[in-house]
Amino acid sequence: MANPNTTQYSILNTQYSILNTQYSILNTQNMNYNVNEKGYYGEFGGAYIPEMLYPNVEELRQNYLKVMAEESFQKEFHELLKDYVGRPTPLYFAKRLSEKYNTKIYLKREDLCHTGAHKVNNTIGQILMAKRLGKTRIIAETGAGQHGVATATVCALMGLECIVFMGDVDIKRQAPNVARMKMLGAKVVPATSGSKTLKDATNEAIRDWINNPVDTHYIIGSVVGPHPYPDMVARFQSVVSEEIKLQLNEKEGRENPDFVVACVGGGSNAAGAFYHYLETLEVGIIAVEAAGKGVDSGESAATSALGKVGIIHGSKTLLMQTADGQITEPHSISAGLDYPGVGPMHANLFASGRGEFISITDDEAMEAGLELCKLEGIIPAIESSHALAIFENRKFKKDDVIVVNLSGRGDKDLDTYIKYFNL
Amino acid sequence: MNRIKQKLSENKKLLSIYFTAGYPKLDDTVEILQQLEKSGVDMVEIGLPFSDPLADGPTIQASSQEALKNGMTTDLLFQQLKDVRKIVSIPLIIMGYFNPMLQFGVENFCKKCAEVSIDGLILPDLPLAEYEEHYAEIFKKHGLLNIFLITPQTSEERIRQIDNTSEGFIYMVSSASVTGSSDGFGKEQESYFERIASMKLNSPLIVGFGISDSKSFQQATKHTNGAIIGSAFIKMLSEKGFAGISSFIKSIR
Repeated sequence: MANPNTTQYSILNTQYSILNTQYSILNTQNMNYNVNEKGYYGEFGGAYIPEMLYPNVEELRQNYLKVMAEESFQKEFHELLKDYVGRPTPLYFAKRLSEKYNTKIYLKREDLCHTGAHKVNNTIGQILMAKRLGKTRIIAETGAGQHGVATATVCALMGLECIVFMGDVDIKRQAPNVARMKMLGAKVVPATSGSKTLKDATNEAIRDWINNPVDTHYIIGSVVGPHPYPDMVARFQSVVSEEIKLQLNEKEGRENPDFVVACVGGGSNAAGAFYHYLETLEVGIIAVEAAGKGVDSGESAATSALGKVGIIHGSKTLLMQTADGQITEPHSISAGLDYPGVGPMHANLFASGRGEFISITDDEAMEAGLELCKLEGIIPAIESSHALAIFENRKFKKDDVIVVNLSGRGDKDLDTYIKYFNL
Repeated sequence: MNRIKQKLSENKKLLSIYFTAGYPKLDDTVEILQQLEKSGVDMVEIGLPFSDPLADGPTIQASSQEALKNGMTTDLLFQQLKDVRKIVSIPLIIMGYFNPMLQFGVENFCKKCAEVSIDGLILPDLPLAEYEEHYAEIFKKHGLLNIFLITPQTSEERIRQIDNTSEGFIYMVSSASVTGSSDGFGKEQESYFERIASMKLNSPLIVGFGISDSKSFQQATKHTNGAIIGSAFIKMLSEKGFAGISSFIKSIR
């Protein structure tokens, strides 16, 4: 674990890096993989939104960098990350896992964040943003309920009204998280349109924002949606790779691992883990998608393999759709990866070849999750188990240093683990 | 002259109807168009159904989903409209979301529209800047008017900008809402209609969202050039079918 001095340094450093990143947006020539001034990552991104949303999104676009650069914002954000979320999260050398796969594996322990996953890094940032924009009502979408819980948590913290849209189907299969949100004072509204899952919950949240354009801020949970959301969420999550750099330097005497690995649904934990390595080409970026029952099974969420360029939730990106442009339903055993699109940053990492994309089946992920329990005493979220499953699927060299972002803990998935392994 | 422009020059309060292609039955499209023209409707918006209609309320969501279940596709819509101009002469607009058009190919889509004599397009999620940068030329080449939306929250500066780019009319969204969610208009809408009318824009104004009957039609058109009815028409269609079209339209004016 980083010592207090390092933490101090990282706070200052983060402040510096956000300003620095802002500066580099103006100098796009060296930025091939981050967002450009028009809100695009290569050909992906933009803001394909109905005019009804234009004032809200434009207000955010004009203000988000300015607000994030304010000293008072930085101070409050980093104090909350430290004292409330519990950052920095450890970078843990997984000795037994490394021995088994004959390579050096570090785990970035986002599972130890308050509320159980990396999601809270973003909700803390966005609630502070919402307050500075004078918003009094918060809406959010959620799939498995992790982002909903993280949003309800920060709304309780700040005393703001919170409404979470959740697919009717998901409400039934994620009862504990629904109860958590209610205990935290949020109102959970079932999305009964379409397939009644995450995609439809997102549609409902967007419709609510259309209906409430003045007092409401929409806290999107991933690096998806219209610009500036993908960039804003990535910046809030970038604290993950910020810490990895400092912590790895302490442990290995180098800031850059050979590979950084993360699972990708919408892609927020991956965006955070990749962020400060995007332009450092010697660091291999590995994005792990959910193959579900197999990429060609018809029940998959492997967007890079199955998707085509299109528009989903206001963003031009890769998404799973029919030949006629209707968005299709994905499948993954992990609700957090069960999204038919992927954030535009990741679409560009895929299209440009900067990122290596691997898809992992439900079965492979479940086995990898159980293996981490047995070897390291850590019960991972099934999302994160997908990232861990690459070691059975891809060879690494003995002296490779690999950082896997362990994005969440497995408490929320106990039911699925119990059923799958007949525990 | 484009049929939309011609109709707008007639100096009357236009009644426009929206319906979802492929609903209630897959092959109803042309029959509905014919009935609407016969009943005295001035203009029609044919909805190309989309799986994720962000700006639409429950009624149009449901009709879109049903239409897709029935087997509606972009290709099929153009097939259905192949000979429509032999029987229908009022302006026809296709209203849909951008993704199905993108998959069909924007150029190809516009070409097909021209072939079946579509007069304009409404694509709520194709932003002004994207349109101007990438697609305006293609639309123009095929004689298609692109209709933009404004809302009570749209700034005056942006309204002017939209007015300068608009060629047909401006689609004035009546209130901060998705489709089909309002019951009549209050003082707030009244002053919004007046405010926009007093801007003396170049483009005619046609109001949509929340118009369901004669009263709301009168209110919406007092300061504007016309109004569009969507959800209320679809509700009527699900209840009464074709037989209800004529009396529904008569009840509005």
